[in-house]
Amino acid sequence: MSLLEIKNLRAVVAGHEILKGINLKVNAGEVHSVMGPNGSGKSTLAQVLSRREAYQVTAGEIRFNGKDLLAMKAEAAACEGVFMAFQYPVEIPGISNAYFLRSALNAVRKYRGQDEMDAMDFLPLFREKLKLLEMDEKLMNRSVNEGFSGGEKKRNEILQMAMLEPKLAILDETDSGLDIDALRIVAQGVNAMRSPERAMLVVTHYQRLLNHIVPDFVHVLVDGRIVRSGGPELALELEAKGYAPLEAEAKETLPAWV
Amino acid sequence: MSTNVDTIRNLAEREYKWGFVTEIEHEQVPKGLNEEIIRTISAKKQEPEFMLEWRLKAYRHWASLEKAEAEPKWANVKYAPIDYQNIVYYSAPKRKPELKSLDEVDPEILRTYEKLGIPLAEQKMLAGVAVDAVFDSVSVATTFKAKLAELGVIFCSFSEAVQQHPELVQKYLGTVVPYTDNFFASLNAAVFTDGSFVYVPKTVRCPMELSTYFRINAAETGQFERTLIVADEGAYVSYLEGCTAPIRDENQLHAAVVELVALDNAQIKYSTVQNWYPGDKEGKGGIYNFVTKRGKCLGVNSKISWTQVETGSAITWKYPSCILQGDNSIGEFYSVALTNNYQQADTGTKMIHLGKNTTSTIVSKGISAGHGQNTYRGMVKIMKGAERARNYTQCDSLLIGDQCGAHTFPYIEVKNSTARMEHEASTSKIGEDQLFYLQQRGLKTEDAVSMIVNGFCKQVFRELPMEFAVEAQKLLSVSLEGSVG
Repeated sequence: MSLLEIKNLRAVVAGHEILKGINLKVNAGEVHSVMGPNGSGKSTLAQVLSRREAYQVTAGEIRFNGKDLLAMKAEAAACEGVFMAFQYPVEIPGISNAYFLRSALNAVRKYRGQDEMDAMDFLPLFREKLKLLEMDEKLMNRSVNEGFSGGEKKRNEILQMAMLEPKLAILDETDSGLDIDALRIVAQGVNAMRSPERAMLVVTHYQRLLNHIVPDFVHVLVDGRIVRSGGPELALELEAKGYAPLEAEAKETLPAWV
Repeated sequence: MSTNVDTIRNLAEREYKWGFVTEIEHEQVPKGLNEEIIRTISAKKQEPEFMLEWRLKAYRHWASLEKAEAEPKWANVKYAPIDYQNIVYYSAPKRKPELKSLDEVDPEILRTYEKLGIPLAEQKMLAGVAVDAVFDSVSVATTFKAKLAELGVIFCSFSEAVQQHPELVQKYLGTVVPYTDNFFASLNAAVFTDGSFVYVPKTVRCPMELSTYFRINAAETGQFERTLIVADEGAYVSYLEGCTAPIRDENQLHAAVVELVALDNAQIKYSTVQNWYPGDKEGKGGIYNFVTKRGKCLGVNSKISWTQVETGSAITWKYPSCILQGDNSIGEFYSVALTNNYQQADTGTKMIHLGKNTTSTIVSKGISAGHGQNTYRGMVKIMKGAERARNYTQCDSLLIGDQCGAHTFPYIEVKNSTARMEHEASTSKIGEDQLFYLQQRGLKTEDAVSMIVNGFCKQVFRELPMEFAVEAQKLLSVSLEGSVG
C-alpha cells in the first residue's frame, strides 16, 4: 500500500478550478518532485495536501497512510504526519521560536499518544537539529520568523520538519529566494531526513534544487494535470527545453472546449 | 474558514467560570442614598469625625450635581441610565466583627476563596503572597501583617487604617483623587465601604507582593472600594489586585478609587487582573466598572507603574494615570484590554508632566472580538515647567472577526518646546495565514488563536509578576470568546 495515494483530485480556489484530475502514488522512502510552470497548480496541490480550508476539493480522494486525508482538518493532518515547508513562512510576533516549536512538537506527540517533552529533553534534541541546519541558537529566542532573512526563514522551516519528523514532507518552492549557500544547507537538512519510512514531495520551478535533493521520480504538472512522469533525467530535459513543448503537447490532447 | 469559525464560536460559548454565588447572611442598609445612609455606614464602621465629615462633603457635592449632566458622557460606551436610588450601598457578611485568625472566618467564605484560587491559606506564605481579601465591602482577613509590621509596612483594610492610622489617612486621602474629581469619584468618596491601605516607610523595600482580591457577591450591591498606597522616601512596593464577580442578570455598579503617592526616590508598581462578570452572550448583565485610578509622583526620581489586564466587565471606564510632579519622575502604563460579545471598554491613561526630565511610557494592547467595542483614550500633557519631558506611546489593536470595533483617541498637549513625543499605533486582524501556519504544525484552532493573542500581548505580560502573568495568559485564553463574522 502506498503512503500517499491521490485519485482524480479536483480542487477550486476562489471559484477557479485549479486541479483538474490529479493521480499520484507515493511510497514511503521515495522522493517525488512536482515541477511545472507558474499557475499549473503545484502550490495548490501542496495546500490541499496540508488541508488548507480555502482550497476546496470538488472531486476525487486522497488516502494517506490508509486514512481518508480529505476528512481531516489541517491540525489532524499535521498530527498524522503531513508537514509542509511554506513558500512564505508566516511571522508570529511575541512568540519565541523555541516556545512555538516545543508547543508544536508536544501537540503532535500528544496526538500520537506520546509523553509531552519538557524543556530538559527538548533542548538537546533541538540543539542537534540546529547544528544540522547551521542555525544560530540566538534565533530561537526571537519571535517566530520575525526579522529573519529569507534564508533563515527557509532553514527554520526545515528545522521544524526535522523536529516534527513527519511521514510526508512537502517542500513548497523551498528554493525560492535562497542563495547558493543557503540552498546547500537546506538541501543538506532535507537529505539528512531521507529515510525508508518517510516520503517527500518537492515542489519547485527549477531543476537547480534537484541537483542537491535528487528525486526518485519527477512529475510535470501543466494546467492542473500531471502530463509527464519520469526519473531525475526528466528534470534535466525540462531545464534544457523549458515547459513550452509539454504545454503545447498538453493542449493538443485536450478537447477544444476546455 | 468555516470550521475555524465554529471552533471560535465554541470557545465563545464557554460559561463564565467564576459565576458561583455564596450563600451567607449579609448585613445591609436599605437601598438608596441620602445623608442618613452615609451616617449609618460611617457609624457601622465606627469612623472618626473627620471621615464622616469628608463623606458628607463628598455626598453633598455629588448630590448637587445634576445627574444627567454630570455623569461622564464623553466615553465611547453606551448603557441605560443608572438608578442610583436602587442600589444597596453597604453589604457586609454578618459575623462577629473581630477576627483573630483564619479559623474564625466563615467556612463558606473560605470555600469561595478556594474556588477562586485565592492564596489565602497559611501555606501560601511560602509563595510570599500577603492577601487582603475584600468580600463585598468588608475585609475578612489579612495575612502576613505581622511579618510586614516588623519592617514597619502597614498593609490593612481601609477601615482598619482609619481606626489605627487616622493621621496617615487624613494626610493623604483625597490628595490625588479629590472628592470633586468626577461624578463616580464623588460617589465613591461618599459611600466607599472598604478597600486596602498600604504605607511603606522610608527606604523600605517591601519584601513580598501585596495582593488583594475583590469580589462582588450580594445582589444589587454596588462595590465602592477605595485604595490608598503611600510609598515614603526611597521605598518600593508592588501591589496586585484581582477581581471576579458572580453571574447576575442585573448590571452591577463598581465605582472604585485608587490613589497612589510616591515620595522622593520611591517606586510603586500596581498590577490589576480584572475579570468581573462581563454579561452573557447577548450582553445581558455584567459589571459596570467605572473606576478612577491615579498616582502622583510627588517626589524627585519617583516612579509609578500601572499594569492592567482587563478581560471582564460589561463596560470598563478606566484611566490609570500618573501626575509626574517630582523632577526626573517616571510614569508607566501597560495595558491589555479584551472585549468580546457585547463588552465595551473605554480605557487608557493620562500622563501629566509637571516636573523636569519627566518620562512616561504607554503601551496599550486592545483586542476586540464578537461585537466588542474597544477604545483606547489617552492624554499626554506636557506643562510649561516640564523641561525635557519625554513620552513614548504605542497603541496596538487586534481584531478577531468583523463585527467588533477598535477605536483610538490619543490627546497630546505640549506647552514646553523641549518635549520629545513619540506615538506609534497599529491595527491588525488575526490572519488566516497565521492560523493555518500554526494548525499545519499540529496546533488546534483555539490554541493557535490563543498563541497569536498572547504573542500580541507579550510586551504587557512581561511587566506582570510571574504568577500573575501565567494567570493572565490563561484568563485571556478562556475569555477569548471570539466570533468571526
